[in-house]
Amino acid sequence: MSFASTTRIPVSGLTKHIGALGKAREFGILVALALVVTAATAKNPAFLFSPDGWRDLLLTPSILVLVAVGQAFVIITRNVDLSVGSVMGLSAYLTGRLFIDVPGIPIPVVVVLAVLFGAVLGLINGALVAFARVPAMVITLGTLYAYRGINVMWAGSSRVNASDMPREFLALGTGQILWIPVLSIVAVLVLAAAAWYMRNTRGGREYYAIGSDPAAAELYGLAVTRRVLTAFILSGALAGLAGVFYAARYGSVSSQAGAGWELDAVGAAVIGGVAITGGVGTVWGAAIGAVLLMTINRALPILGIPDFWQRAVVGVLIIGAIVLDRWLAVRQRQRLIEARDES
Amino acid sequence: MPDVAAPVVLELSKVVKSFGAVVALRSGSLRLHAGSIHALIGENGAGKSTLVKIVAGLYRRDGGSFQLAGEDVDFTSTAQSKAAGVAVIYQEPTLFPDLTVTENIFMGRQPVGRFGRIDRKAMRHEVERLFTRLGVTIDPDRPAEGLSIADQQVIEIAKAVSLDASVLIMDEPTAALSGVEVERLFAIARSLRDEGRGLIFISHRFDEVFALCDTVTVMRDGAYISTTPIADTTPADLVRQMVGRDVTELFPKQETTIGAPLLEVEHLTSPGIFHDISFTVRAGEIVGLAGLVGAGRSEVARAVFGVDGYREGTVSMKGKRIARSRPTDAMRAGIALVPEDRRKQGLVIESGVGRNITTAIRRQLSRFGLLTTGMENRAAREWASRLEVKAHALDTVAATLSGGNQQKVVLAKWLATQPDVLIIDEPTRGIDVGTKSEVHRLLSELAGQGMGILMISSELPEVLGMADRVLVMREGRITAEIDRADATSENVMFAATHATTDGGHRS
Repeated sequence: MSFASTTRIPVSGLTKHIGALGKAREFGILVALALVVTAATAKNPAFLFSPDGWRDLLLTPSILVLVAVGQAFVIITRNVDLSVGSVMGLSAYLTGRLFIDVPGIPIPVVVVLAVLFGAVLGLINGALVAFARVPAMVITLGTLYAYRGINVMWAGSSRVNASDMPREFLALGTGQILWIPVLSIVAVLVLAAAAWYMRNTRGGREYYAIGSDPAAAELYGLAVTRRVLTAFILSGALAGLAGVFYAARYGSVSSQAGAGWELDAVGAAVIGGVAITGGVGTVWGAAIGAVLLMTINRALPILGIPDFWQRAVVGVLIIGAIVLDRWLAVRQRQRLIEARDES
Repeated sequence: MPDVAAPVVLELSKVVKSFGAVVALRSGSLRLHAGSIHALIGENGAGKSTLVKIVAGLYRRDGGSFQLAGEDVDFTSTAQSKAAGVAVIYQEPTLFPDLTVTENIFMGRQPVGRFGRIDRKAMRHEVERLFTRLGVTIDPDRPAEGLSIADQQVIEIAKAVSLDASVLIMDEPTAALSGVEVERLFAIARSLRDEGRGLIFISHRFDEVFALCDTVTVMRDGAYISTTPIADTTPADLVRQMVGRDVTELFPKQETTIGAPLLEVEHLTSPGIFHDISFTVRAGEIVGLAGLVGAGRSEVARAVFGVDGYREGTVSMKGKRIARSRPTDAMRAGIALVPEDRRKQGLVIESGVGRNITTAIRRQLSRFGLLTTGMENRAAREWASRLEVKAHALDTVAATLSGGNQQKVVLAKWLATQPDVLIIDEPTRGIDVGTKSEVHRLLSELAGQGMGILMISSELPEVLGMADRVLVMREGRITAEIDRADATSENVMFAATHATTDGGHRS
C-alpha cells in the first residue's frame, strides 16, 4: 500500500452515493407517509377528500412538528430533552391563565410570553446539563416530573375551557388561509427557518460538530457549553410555542396536557433519521417523522386495526428506524474503509 | 540558522504541571524565534506533549511563565490560544467523523455572508487552494469517517495553514506519512518559516530534525535539558542528552530458557485496521510489540483476546484454535489481557480493590453460585500482597489509588486467573518511576516462571530492555521482527516509520 495513492481515493462516486443515502432517508419516510395516506383514503375517501379530513391531516401533526424540531436540535448535539411534554403542558396552561387573569390581553403578547416562558424552562434544563455536566437524560427526566408537578400544583383539578379564551384566539386553531390551516403555515415557517439555520450558519454546523465528537469540539475551541445551552433554550421555546398551539387547537387545557409527548417527539426525530448518538440527521427528517407518527395514529383506526396494535406499530417503526440507521452506518463505514484499503 | 535578532514569538520558562501525584512537567522551558523551525525532542513521557497542551490552552500551568510575542498569557481554552495565533497539530488527529472534509477544516470559523449564511462556495474555493498548495487530492466533500491517519494528518495541516497562525506546533506530524508526503510537508513548513512564522516540530526521527530544523531543544523526565543550534550538535549528542542514563539498567530482564510455542497468531486481518498479522509467543518469552500510536497494536491485542472480531486468520493457544470474538474462550485457554486504559477498561473504578482483583475468577470462587465477601477477600488478599498493592484495605475504592497501584490491581486480577500468556498493553504508562521498575521486575519474574508475555509499549527503552524479541507494527502491518541482540532504537524506529522491512529481518 503506497501512501501517494492512499490520498487519491476514488470517492467522487462514493460521496455521491452517500449523499444520496441521506436524501433517501427523508425520501423513504415521505414514501411511507404517502402509503399510509393512500391506504387510509382507499378505505375511507373522507380521510383525504373531505374538508375535515384534509384539515386534520395538516393540522394534527403541526404541534408535534414544532416539538420534534426542538428535540432534533438537542439530539443532534448528543443530548436529549425529555421535559418537552411538561414544558408544552405548562405553557398551554399559562396561555389559558393569561387570558383569564389579564382580561383583554392582546393575543401576540400571550404568544410571546408563552414562548419566553418555554425558553426559560429550556434554559434551566440547559444550564443544569451544560454547567453541572450531568447527562441530559437524567436532568430532563427530573425536570419532566418537576415541571409537571408545578402544573398540577398550579391548576389543581381545574382546567382552562374554551369559554375562558377569546374567540379570535380559538379561531387561530381552526382557521385556514387558502385551504391550509394557519397553525400548519406557522409550523412550516418555523421548520424552514430552523432548517436554514442548521444548514447555513456556524451555530447550526457547530451543533453537528459537537454531537459528532464532543472532545474534538473542545479541541477546536468551539463554545460547546454555549451551544448546548442554546439548543435546550430553542427546544424549550418551541415547546412553549407548541403549548400556545395546543391551547388554540383543543380549547381545553388540564394539568395533564402534553403528557407523554416527549416520547413522541424523540420517536419522531429518530424515525426521521436523527441519530440518537448525535451529529447526524436534519430537522426536515424530524418534522416528516412527526407527521408520519401522527398520521399513522389517525389512519390505523380507519384501517380497522385495534387500539392495542396502534401503539405496537409505532414501536415497530421506531425500532425499525434505529436498526436501519445502524445498518446504514455500519455499511457506510465498511465501504469507506474498504475504499481506503483498495487504493 | 535562526536569526538571533528576530523577535521571540513564544517563550516558556520553568513551566510546571502536575496531575494529582504525577508530575508531568517539572520545569519546561522553550524560546521560539520568528522565522525559525525549532525541534523539540525527548523520550515518551519527557513532557513534550504536556508542554504543547499548555501552549494550546488545553491545560493550565501550575507555575512558571508563558509569553506570546512578549506578552504574558494564560490560556484557559483552546479558543483563546487559537485567537492568539497558535495552531497545533496533535499527534492523534481530531476530526468530526460525520462531517465533510471541508467542514472539518473550517469548523468554527467558516466564511459567512449576509445573515450569517456560510459561504460554501468560498469555503470550497479555499479548500481547493489549500489542497493544491499542499499537493493532496482528498475529496473535500467526503465525510472524515474512514480516512487513513495520513489523510487525517493532512487535513489537520490544512486546518493549521488556513488558520494563518504565527506559531505552528506539529506534534509528530510525519509519524504516519510516506517519504513523498514528508517532503511535501517540509516544503510547506519551510515556506511558512520564510513568511516569518515560528514552527515547533516534535519528532523522533533525527534525520528529519537535522534536515528541517535550525534549533533543537531536548527535554528529559519533564524538564528542560538544553537548546542548541542544529549545526552545533550531532545525533549522538542528542541521544545522550535525551536518555541521560544507561538504558539496560532500568529494565532488567532475567535470562530465561525459552520453551514451547504457546500463543500462535496467523494471518490475522481486519480490513482497515490490521492486515496479515502473524506471530508466536513462546513460554518464558517476552515479545515486545513496538510501533507508533495508531499503528494498530492495541487493536491486534483486542482481536487476539476476542474483544473485537476479525475477518481472516486464526488464533491458537498450545495448538488449539480459539473462537473469534469470545473473550471467555480466550480466558479459558489461558490468555489474559491487561488493557491500555486501566481506568476505563481494566478496573471497576468505583469498586474496592478486593472486588476488582476477584472480577475474573468469581465463577471459580463461588460455591453453588453464591459468593461471600469472605471468600473474595481471601483470594484477593493473597494477590494483593504478592503484588504489594499499597492500599489501606481491600475495600479501598480503586479510583483513589495511584496509577501504579491501579496497574498492580489490574495485574493481580489477571494473574489470579493463572494465565499462560499475558498480553499487556502499555504496562507502565502514567505510573511513577519506582512502581515502573517494580512492574518490570514482575514481568521478568513471570517470564522466568514460564509465562509467555506479549508487551505492547510505545516506550523504546522499555521495549529494548525487556523484550526477547521485538515486533514492529506500522499502519496495521508487522514491518519487522528483530531479536533482542540486534534491536536498537534506530532499527525499531525505522521499521515503525517506514513501509519497507529494511529495519530488521523478517522471519
